[in-house]
Amino acid sequence: MTPNGILQIGIYFLLILAVTKPVGTYMARVFSGERTFLHPLLRPLERLCYVLSGIKEDVEQRWTQYAGSLIAFSFFSFLLAYLFQRLQGILPLNPMAFGTAAAPASATAMTPDLAFNTAVSFVTNTNWQSYVGETTMSYLVQMAALTVQNFVSAAAGIAIAIALIRGLARQQANAIGNFWVDLTRAVVYLLLPLSLVGALFLCSQGVIQNMGSYTKVTTLEGKTQVIAQGPVASQEAIKMVGTNGGGFFNANSSHPFENPTPLTNLVQMLMIFVIPAGLTYTLGKMVGDTRQGWAIFAAMSIMFLIGVFVVYGAEQSGNPNLAKLGIESNASATQSGGNMEGKEVRFGIAATSLFATITTAASCGAVNGMHDSFTPLGGLVPLFNMEVGEVIFGGTGAGLYGMLLFAILAVFIAGLMVGRTPEYLGKKIEGKEVKMAMIALIATSAVILLFTGSSAVIHFAKGSYWNGAYGPATGNLNNSGPHGFAEILYAYSSGAANNGSAFAGLSANTPWYNLTIGLAMLIGRFLIIIPMLAVAGSLAAKKRVPVTSGTFPTHGPLFVGLLVGTVVIVGALTFFPALSLSPIVEHFLMAQGRLF
Amino acid sequence: MWKQMLPALRMTLLMTVVTGLIYPGVITGLCQVLFRSQANGSLITRNGQVVGSALIGQSFTKAEYFQPRPSAAGAEGYDASASGGSNLGPTSQKLIDRVKGSVARLHTDNPAMQGAVPADLATASGSGLDPHLSPASAAVQIERVAKARGISVDQLRPVVDQLTEGRDLGLLGEPRVNVLALNLALDEKFPVR
Repeated sequence: MTPNGILQIGIYFLLILAVTKPVGTYMARVFSGERTFLHPLLRPLERLCYVLSGIKEDVEQRWTQYAGSLIAFSFFSFLLAYLFQRLQGILPLNPMAFGTAAAPASATAMTPDLAFNTAVSFVTNTNWQSYVGETTMSYLVQMAALTVQNFVSAAAGIAIAIALIRGLARQQANAIGNFWVDLTRAVVYLLLPLSLVGALFLCSQGVIQNMGSYTKVTTLEGKTQVIAQGPVASQEAIKMVGTNGGGFFNANSSHPFENPTPLTNLVQMLMIFVIPAGLTYTLGKMVGDTRQGWAIFAAMSIMFLIGVFVVYGAEQSGNPNLAKLGIESNASATQSGGNMEGKEVRFGIAATSLFATITTAASCGAVNGMHDSFTPLGGLVPLFNMEVGEVIFGGTGAGLYGMLLFAILAVFIAGLMVGRTPEYLGKKIEGKEVKMAMIALIATSAVILLFTGSSAVIHFAKGSYWNGAYGPATGNLNNSGPHGFAEILYAYSSGAANNGSAFAGLSANTPWYNLTIGLAMLIGRFLIIIPMLAVAGSLAAKKRVPVTSGTFPTHGPLFVGLLVGTVVIVGALTFFPALSLSPIVEHFLMAQGRLF
Repeated sequence: MWKQMLPALRMTLLMTVVTGLIYPGVITGLCQVLFRSQANGSLITRNGQVVGSALIGQSFTKAEYFQPRPSAAGAEGYDASASGGSNLGPTSQKLIDRVKGSVARLHTDNPAMQGAVPADLATASGSGLDPHLSPASAAVQIERVAKARGISVDQLRPVVDQLTEGRDLGLLGEPRVNVLALNLALDEKFPVR
């Protein structure tokens, strides 16, 4: 690790710390229906949305109606995203003629299973990509199907978090807000303004934004190079702010047209965490005790910083197998040292390690370097971040409701230890809440482990429908040995956690992987959201119990420690066996010089 | 849930229009006016011909040019319509074999190169389109390039130094040299006879 690298990480964290309160306050005002400085400009747009979609702004919903609205909305979103992809050949804004006979020879066919996987992926805020953007998707699909879902799936996540906060803040109420209003406000007051500013800044730095066909150039040595184009900046901005992560191009944010400079890299990393970090303050503000929000923020920060430095340390030490071949592994003033396979020179080791930790702590999944080529311990942290459910700041909204799930478990465990009914923010945590939290936890863990196990052993005949020319499901791997197993584990962890990043060596565009990862994404989204909305409904109906000397305070270091412990222990107990078969054993084999 | 179907459909269509057509349309319009060159790919022209993008690496194999990092984009590398990394893990035999080949070639091409190979020079980038080299990776090629162009190392070094960018704001990222910009400068200042 270099002093400059540590400074880059420190400054990033301080910037996030600085924006948490203002952004959190702003969001609390927006979702409480109070006026903000943007209301004179945007209130008409908000009203227009209600008029055009036939929504009564002041009618609130019970949790079942709230959940129903979300499911209905997700259903139509899926349908539209699917149709846009399948019909791209006959739709406009398709200069490369994808989906027609005139497509370039390298183009990927838009099969039903790929369109299903991609539609589910973007609707669930996962943005797992079985496809290569620049050889598969027309500009219209990128905009009207994928960019749209980047907005609304993020907005839906925020809405759920706000509904859960209301459940904690209200008493003896039967309603938790109106899904359509929360969704609209998240898009109009939060995501659109941030994306507009972000997209313009990114474009000023070199991120492209055009509708032209790919540019053919003749290089200095006289070769032909075809440079992919497209409306990238508009998608890039919401891809970060909405913690979506689906790149316009295959190389995602390592592509110079998506992330041209170290400065854009810093801004993109800030865009990922700004809403998730702000929401912790929104929680404190809306329940009337900002210390509660800061406690959650502290727990997240502890796990985040530990993760960053594990990744950075591992990547900076580099790969001993390459050092043996005479590759420099120490940093100097003129080169970065460390493990540079899959990394860009302009970002180097520190900024890539930081990005990888952020993107998997949040449910973003954008990458500015290839995680598949990370050292074993460098890849372990992203895997673990996803497997604990992305509660370290996490996705927009999803991180907060995921962390509140763990808070419920933490006070439950504390309650068991002292033999007292647990409480959180003045609400008694009883059988129903704990059951709902456990359903969410077990469903997502099970889906990761069961599908990973199945893919490690399932056999298909070569040329079969399910896995094409690859044969067995392990035939799609790019690496052998423990790293190969890690590619499968990463894929389902990423799907179930709605992250979307990949150990991209896995060739996942076959019906088997498209359908099973699609299923993992659906379970990982809705089997958390629905139980958490049930918790919101149940908590809203309860009375607030007065604070007594026996109340376990949830704003102090003891609670923060307990919360971190709960996350780590639950994650470790569930995934340690799988992780020990992949990154952990690979780490020791790498040290011995074993190759596969 | 059934009562929610109609508002759900209307909201889906509305959001598609607002965030899927109007928003990217407005951004495209603004960017094409405000940042025309960047929005269209920061293309570089020489003698009226587009020779590449300032942001996208391209392959160089001749001795008189600085050569970029290995690339896993497309079958031959630096395919700017098929970005991507090698995705080879740290214990991959394929990775070790490839790096071994690169190291051997670097030593053959640059007999003056001494000590360890800079970390970026024998490894493939994530995008496969990395336009940069670390200053160290450029430095080890100076002698070869100078010889191929019939100039002295002392004539060449200042050009490289001049085109070396520091960290953004003195802090962010890493120092680097844009390979295409450097090679264009060489062609202008020290043309090959």
